Amino acid sequence: MSERKPRTLFDKIWDAHVVETLPDGTALLYIDLHLTHEVTTPQAFDGLRAAGRKVRRPEATLAVVDHNIATDESRRTGITDPESRLQVETLERNVREFGVPYIPLLDERQGIVHVIGPELGRSLPGMTIVCGDSHTSTHGALGALAFGIGTSEVEHVLATQTLLQKPARNMRVLVEGNLAFGCTAKDIILAIIGRIGTAGGTGHVIEYAGDAIRALDMAGRMTVCNMSIEAGARAGMIAPDETTFEYIRRTPFGPKGEQLERALAWWRTLPSDPGARFDKEVRLAAHEIAPQITWGTNPEAVVPITGTVPDPEDEPDEAKRAQMRRMLDYMGLTPGQRLTDLKVDVVFIGSCTNSRIEDIRAAAAIARGRKVAEGVRAMVVPGSGLVKKQAEAEGLDRILREAGFEWREPGCSMCLGMNPDKLKPGQRCASTSNRNFEGRQGPGGRTHLVSPAMAAAAAIAGRFVDVRDYQPREAL
Amino acid sequence: MQPFTKLTGIAAPLPRANVDTDQIIPARFLKAITRQGFGRHLFANFRYREDGSENPDFVLNQEPYRRAEILIAFENFGCGSSREHAPWALLDFGIRCVIAPSFADIFHNNCFKNGILPVRLPREVCEKLMEDARMGGNARLTVDLERQVVVRPNGEEIPFEVDPLRRHLLLNGLDDIGQTLQHAAAIDAFEARQRAQQPWLYA
Repeated sequence: MSERKPRTLFDKIWDAHVVETLPDGTALLYIDLHLTHEVTTPQAFDGLRAAGRKVRRPEATLAVVDHNIATDESRRTGITDPESRLQVETLERNVREFGVPYIPLLDERQGIVHVIGPELGRSLPGMTIVCGDSHTSTHGALGALAFGIGTSEVEHVLATQTLLQKPARNMRVLVEGNLAFGCTAKDIILAIIGRIGTAGGTGHVIEYAGDAIRALDMAGRMTVCNMSIEAGARAGMIAPDETTFEYIRRTPFGPKGEQLERALAWWRTLPSDPGARFDKEVRLAAHEIAPQITWGTNPEAVVPITGTVPDPEDEPDEAKRAQMRRMLDYMGLTPGQRLTDLKVDVVFIGSCTNSRIEDIRAAAAIARGRKVAEGVRAMVVPGSGLVKKQAEAEGLDRILREAGFEWREPGCSMCLGMNPDKLKPGQRCASTSNRNFEGRQGPGGRTHLVSPAMAAAAAIAGRFVDVRDYQPREAL
Repeated sequence: MQPFTKLTGIAAPLPRANVDTDQIIPARFLKAITRQGFGRHLFANFRYREDGSENPDFVLNQEPYRRAEILIAFENFGCGSSREHAPWALLDFGIRCVIAPSFADIFHNNCFKNGILPVRLPREVCEKLMEDARMGGNARLTVDLERQVVVRPNGEEIPFEVDPLRRHLLLNGLDDIGQTLQHAAAIDAFEARQRAQQPWLYA
């Protein structure tokens, strides 16, 4: 038998899903799981209806509402915003008409699509997973090939269960050694984006590897893969291992019994072969990563919390200098300013990046026995109803409420300001979400991306602090 | 989808890198359930002031750029979310072509699905085109997809690359679902094979 060329994790999943290769090299790629939500699907279902087409595999599709729903008690009495209500009602009508499984707003399993897919055991290793949402890269944490698509492609997948795709290039990011005390998965991914830039991964699928990645729990791995798109990558992924398999065993819909044994046998063959070729490779030393904070209006504008706001005059490239000046102006910052001198108005702990039970535990550990600073509005928005239930069973909601945090219902919330949770112009926010773009959390809002522990510490101090100086008062 | 063959029109200069999809269309405008009407929200945070009035400093509020059909920008245009509302907003405003040194992958893909041609050209070429665009109504650019050239107002022709399959679909205004459905037998065969090998995906 001839030796097979060593392949990467991405190559193996890709090869296993090519239905046909067209003459120009474009592949017809089979899609195993299609996640859908209210914002990017109405026009796709309309397209199906207009062409008289059906959903090819409704059972390989899952719908949930997450983006524009209220995250307070008002959701129980109906959606007040008429446009949001119409969008949710449209999804409900579409899933009924096309027979797509749906998790309604008041179901305890409802939540952010990228939290519930893994949590329910619908997202599995070796799968191809798509969703009309760029943060679909999150599911790569399980060892799946998962990426965001536009609405035309949503329609294409609904109708054909496939996509026309050109293969991506392979990139590996190795994070070696041990993460220092007080540093988290969020700090790893922000440090990576700071290094490679917002377009550093364009055209590539990033595989994250190295001891520091292996040591992460599944929530941490999802945080890392989630922000792959902020580095421009098509997808991010992490090879499945015992941590992954243990996580899947605990999910309600993951394979069981003999099915699981067969699945495990295949999943164990997925990690990249020794000698597999990567088109690009980047290495980071985990112990050099400090808690990170963004200062600008894209995620590569990031520094360690011990750092200062950079000076555009130090930037040799004129276009970049101009962009930095605009960022500083928008963010209301001056060069050389210490990040720890910045006061915060709002603290948002949530989003598909950081709203899992582990994230909420980290925030509660800092909040325990302390109070949110006066004048600061702090909110915790769990990623799903199941996360919320677990947190309440552990008493985390009580700790957070006693400290003065709002404890909300699950949804995307202030990550993108589609629902009533928005920043007012000029407000400065410590946010655990993924994008600090101009106006992302509300027009004129100023977002600083940080880890959940850093966000909780900022809420208590009323300004950004180094979480390493701000450790929990007692073990949780 | 409207075919794209050759376009001659006014180009608006937007000399920024990393123009993200939240700039192109902020999330609060994504609540519509049709593809139409997003043009008035294009670049809403730049185009309108807090009281809702137009910001005269923004290029698309200036003559002749209100009628722009081409947009020139810098690196990594369209980064951020997968929202197809971004190309829908550009199209609804009247923009059929974006020229930049690089594009984010999902946005680039979404353009082709909507009859918008994204053209990648080196930074220094984009800078020249930006200068042309600043001449306003006196300087129309031509983007010829058939010949794969951008023609400057001085007649200089700049060749560009485009994926042959995408070029074919765009020139003919073809929707690719119909094409893919011609492979239905291959998809059936794939599913039968996968069901036997990975039954947990069909449980």
